[in-house]
Amino acid sequence: MQGNCVIGEAAIRAGCRFYAGYPITPQNELTEYMAEHLRKAEGGVFIQSESEIAAINMIAGASAAGARVMTSSSSPGISLKQEGISSMAACELPGVIVNMMRGGPGLGNIRPSQGDYFQATRGGGHGDYRTIVLAPATGQELADLTMDAFDLADKYRTPVMILADGMMGQMMEPVVFRKPKPRQYPDCYVLKGAGDGKSKFIRGLILDAIEMEEHNWKLARKYDLISRQETRCEIHEAEDAEMMIVAYGTAARVAKGAIRRLRSMGLKVGLFRPVSLWPFPTRELRELSEHIKHFIVFEMSTGQMLDDVRLALQGFANIDFFGRPGGVVPTPAELSNVVSRRYPQKDAYVDRFLRFKVVEGPFGP
Amino acid sequence: MKKIFGRPRSLKPTPTHYCPGCGHSIVHRLVAEVIDEMDMRGSSIGVPPAGCAVLAYFYFDIDMVEAPHGRGPALATGVKRVLPNHLVFSYQGDGDLAAIGTSESFHAANRGENITIIFINNAVYGMTGGQMAPTTILGQKTTTSPPGRTPLLDGYPVQISEILAQLRGAAYIERCTVNSPAAVMKTKRAIRKAFQYQMDNRGFSMVEVLSPCPTNWKMSAVDACKWIDEVMTKEFPLGVLKDIGTKETGKEKKS
Ligand SMILES: Cc1ncc(C[n+]2csc(CCOP(=O)(O)OP(=O)(O)O)c2C)c(N)n1
Ligand code: SF4
Repeated sequence: MQGNCVIGEAAIRAGCRFYAGYPITPQNELTEYMAEHLRKAEGGVFIQSESEIAAINMIAGASAAGARVMTSSSSPGISLKQEGISSMAACELPGVIVNMMRGGPGLGNIRPSQGDYFQATRGGGHGDYRTIVLAPATGQELADLTMDAFDLADKYRTPVMILADGMMGQMMEPVVFRKPKPRQYPDCYVLKGAGDGKSKFIRGLILDAIEMEEHNWKLARKYDLISRQETRCEIHEAEDAEMMIVAYGTAARVAKGAIRRLRSMGLKVGLFRPVSLWPFPTRELRELSEHIKHFIVFEMSTGQMLDDVRLALQGFANIDFFGRPGGVVPTPAELSNVVSRRYPQKDAYVDRFLRFKVVEGPFGP
Repeated sequence: MKKIFGRPRSLKPTPTHYCPGCGHSIVHRLVAEVIDEMDMRGSSIGVPPAGCAVLAYFYFDIDMVEAPHGRGPALATGVKRVLPNHLVFSYQGDGDLAAIGTSESFHAANRGENITIIFINNAVYGMTGGQMAPTTILGQKTTTSPPGRTPLLDGYPVQISEILAQLRGAAYIERCTVNSPAAVMKTKRAIRKAFQYQMDNRGFSMVEVLSPCPTNWKMSAVDACKWIDEVMTKEFPLGVLKDIGTKETGKEKKS
């Protein structure tokens, strides 16, 4: 099944009953899948919205009314959704947002890229909030993490983003859909009309400064809880590794190919793959640095996750960086060349302070 | 003793923050009265705007969910599609509906979305301090059109109701005002009709209310009411702009 469709199918199976979206390449198949299949599901509502802004607000409304909701887009469209994502975070409305990243700022191109890491993991919109961000790297994970995303959104009453790219969206792979967990989302958070009882309201606007501060602290405590409970990562071939590649999503798949080559050359290289980008698996990465002292961050951007790796390692290991930001997916051969050139320097002086180098990209240093 | 006048059940016993002479508080009351009369308090959901009515959820005693500036019709769409038997309305000013949220309003109307917009047209941005709105009258002085609005620099007042009435999804659109007791009663009838059309699944409905903003018009409340009759209604003529009629069928539900 094609990656975009896997997300759609997993969402429907997970009980998503409201989808709104606006076409943008490379995620149109997901919108089309929902148009075809969500409409057929009992109680399923599909709307092709007039814009990404409208789509995110439609899902906010449907979420307030108690439905499991999803919207999807790609980079420029996600920028437009940020107002609504911030608003959903403020109003504590659960919802799933899929970003199939494409290349470049502005309109860029429609090729796979990882340039939206900052936007996704730093809140992205205005204000003091975070979005849970999950980064699948296989077709199977597209299915599993999509289901998890709905559960996490409900559990913490917050928007959750699936961050993948055009490559993941287009790739065909066999998947097995697991049985979704029953939904746990108490009625007390849902607007259904006041009935005979007290009316409710959902809001993020709080004019009183002290009250606003309380609300922000409440959100902050929630984000703190999430960052303690919900980090996920995959550690691959680390037992004897002398050097680790740190990569997520499509880049991590390329890295696995590179690692096979490197290992066959006798170089002991492993992979650290964050699956939750926020919360970033800081503790897990730092633990690795107790016995591995050389890391190379590999991204399809000019180095965004690099910041989180630097924060995690805090100067206790060497960090190199290799990235290609133009919508190009580097090949395993290209990556293994870069890594093998850095490998002999693994014993280089480890600074107590931050030390990282941007190593050879096509336009180099 | 028989009680002949009281606070509608759908309003909380809370004093509002609106300026004296402002139309918002009158329209709040009318909406609440109609909800009560239709016996819909328990199954109504309102979407307040960013604008002077941003705190409407403190005043209405019905379920409400906030929308970012201009996005009310999109949010209301989401609510309504999940709860098709509820009364769902967004409450919006002219900045909210006719500037930043034009797209959401236009397309909700075009989809024939079964929601109602209560559109408060006071020809300025009230909440942010009286700046020019898309509905500001030619020659009207505002903080961002100090010499008075000129077409050359600022374009023309937008007649939103006329525009939305062109769309096939719109079922009922009427422009009213609340500057006299008779006008208030007429507005109430329009709101009642709009809500009734919604509950009959007729499609999109909107009531535009020309509403005084004495504060930003820098007038007394009495002069503001006069100004509506003498100036505003020339640009925005009162009356029904769209009515697909009550007789036709249309009872079948939209998905
Ligand atoms: C995205 C965004 N832009 C601008 C604002 C600031 N803002 C708040 S209310 C408003 C205009 C209010 O005018 P109107 O909709 O006519 O309602 P009124 O206050 O006159 O009732 C503006 C510009 C905002 N809250 N959000
Ligand atoms: S500023 Fe104008 S619209 Fe706002 S409350 Fe005052 S009179 Fe009403």
